Amino acid sequence: MATGSMTAWQLLALQPPGWGGALLTGAATTVAISACAYTIGLVIGLLGALGKLSDNRPVGLILKGYTSVIRAVPELILIVGLYYAGTDGLNRLLMAFGLPPVEVNGFVAAVAVLGFVQGAYMTEVLRGAILAIPTGQLEAARAFGMSPLLRFRRVTLPALLPNALPGMANLWMSVTKDSALVAMVGYQELALTTRLAGANTKEYFLFFLAAAVLYLVITLLSNLVFHGIERRVRRGQRPAH
Amino acid sequence: MNFEWIAKYWPLLIDGAFQTVALLVISVGFGFVLAVGLAFARVSGGPVIRNLALGYSTVFRGTPLLIQLWLLYYGVGSLLPMVPGLRQSFLWPILREGFFFAALSFTLNFAAYQSEVLRGALLSVPKGELEAGRSLGMSPFMLIRRIWLPRAIRTALPTIAGEIVLQLKATPLAFTVTVMDLYAVAFKVRQDTLLVYEPLLVVTLFYVALTALITRAFGVVEAQVPIRR
Repeated sequence: MATGSMTAWQLLALQPPGWGGALLTGAATTVAISACAYTIGLVIGLLGALGKLSDNRPVGLILKGYTSVIRAVPELILIVGLYYAGTDGLNRLLMAFGLPPVEVNGFVAAVAVLGFVQGAYMTEVLRGAILAIPTGQLEAARAFGMSPLLRFRRVTLPALLPNALPGMANLWMSVTKDSALVAMVGYQELALTTRLAGANTKEYFLFFLAAAVLYLVITLLSNLVFHGIERRVRRGQRPAH
Repeated sequence: MNFEWIAKYWPLLIDGAFQTVALLVISVGFGFVLAVGLAFARVSGGPVIRNLALGYSTVFRGTPLLIQLWLLYYGVGSLLPMVPGLRQSFLWPILREGFFFAALSFTLNFAAYQSEVLRGALLSVPKGELEAGRSLGMSPFMLIRRIWLPRAIRTALPTIAGEIVLQLKATPLAFTVTVMDLYAVAFKVRQDTLLVYEPLLVVTLFYVALTALITRAFGVVEAQVPIRR
């Protein structure tokens, strides 16, 4: 493609041969991967935190192994390793049942791997937040005869959210940035799209700068959202100052 | 599980481990110095300097390290040959290497995160101690050197250990810019032998061992800090 004469605005135009549209699609994919992975992380984290706090020893040991290993190994190695192990394991399982192997969708694999990693960090965040709830509140709920589910919904959850939100916000920021590592297994989100745009036009500087701006916008918008949520869940608390 | 490849690849693994450790030491060392400057800019700078430091840490903490690395390596790296005379200068052999860009971007990134930690720690030093130092006639620089910074670093020690471990876990990204670090060696073994898990497992063990070592070392340092418990 002859791009030597194109200006920066033409290169970033939404329609081809401009790459702006592709970059925005990449950014949307990044947000979608992050949001799905974050949701999975929340579910794993909540179950993990409740499991760690239960008196069941084997469950506690398994969860301790899970969180320690995941948090000690570099994310890049986890993502690459789990990606191959996951797709490989699934196909072996299918083969054992006499089914033909499947090509695992890149999006699903990326979400599953990132969600599994997020779950370990989320477990620790939520465990700490639950531990910080004054026991009296939980005992009071029990004394009123609330069922465990009602107790969780009415007392535990609203009480843990203010404690957990800063950690949860940090994890959201880190998953949006960690999703860039999915580029390493060939899934085309923002980082990989940018690299392709750069390779095609030789305008690496421009495109990586544009990608950085897009990531920064995602981060700053998320900051606003989390501030809003935090204000809402803290509305019953006395201001600290 | 097949580990016969280790016999052939161990020199590469050792080299890779050195590269990984070098990246970690360089980025933590220079990054920490930069972070001290940024933290003081945030705490006691004027509005302009304060906002510049704030902007720096927002940008570097708000974008993925991978993008920062690629922006430097591919972006700035592709512009460098246009600087007249640079190709002939003695700096060129360094500026050509992926290692330089990896070390630079890791340093800048570490400084951004570390400056936030230090800022909090600087603010947590009791005012009375700083006033006591001033009333003894200490110059601002001596106050920082003798009281403010050492006190802040002591408070921040556990967090600093955590940040260094996070930095270690970020170093494998260097492999994307042709640095032969430990992860890159695992990648090469995979390409040569088609073994996926064994090389990853071996390098993972190294990262975990180094993490344990860092945690232990900081535990020893923390034990030296004289505080009443």
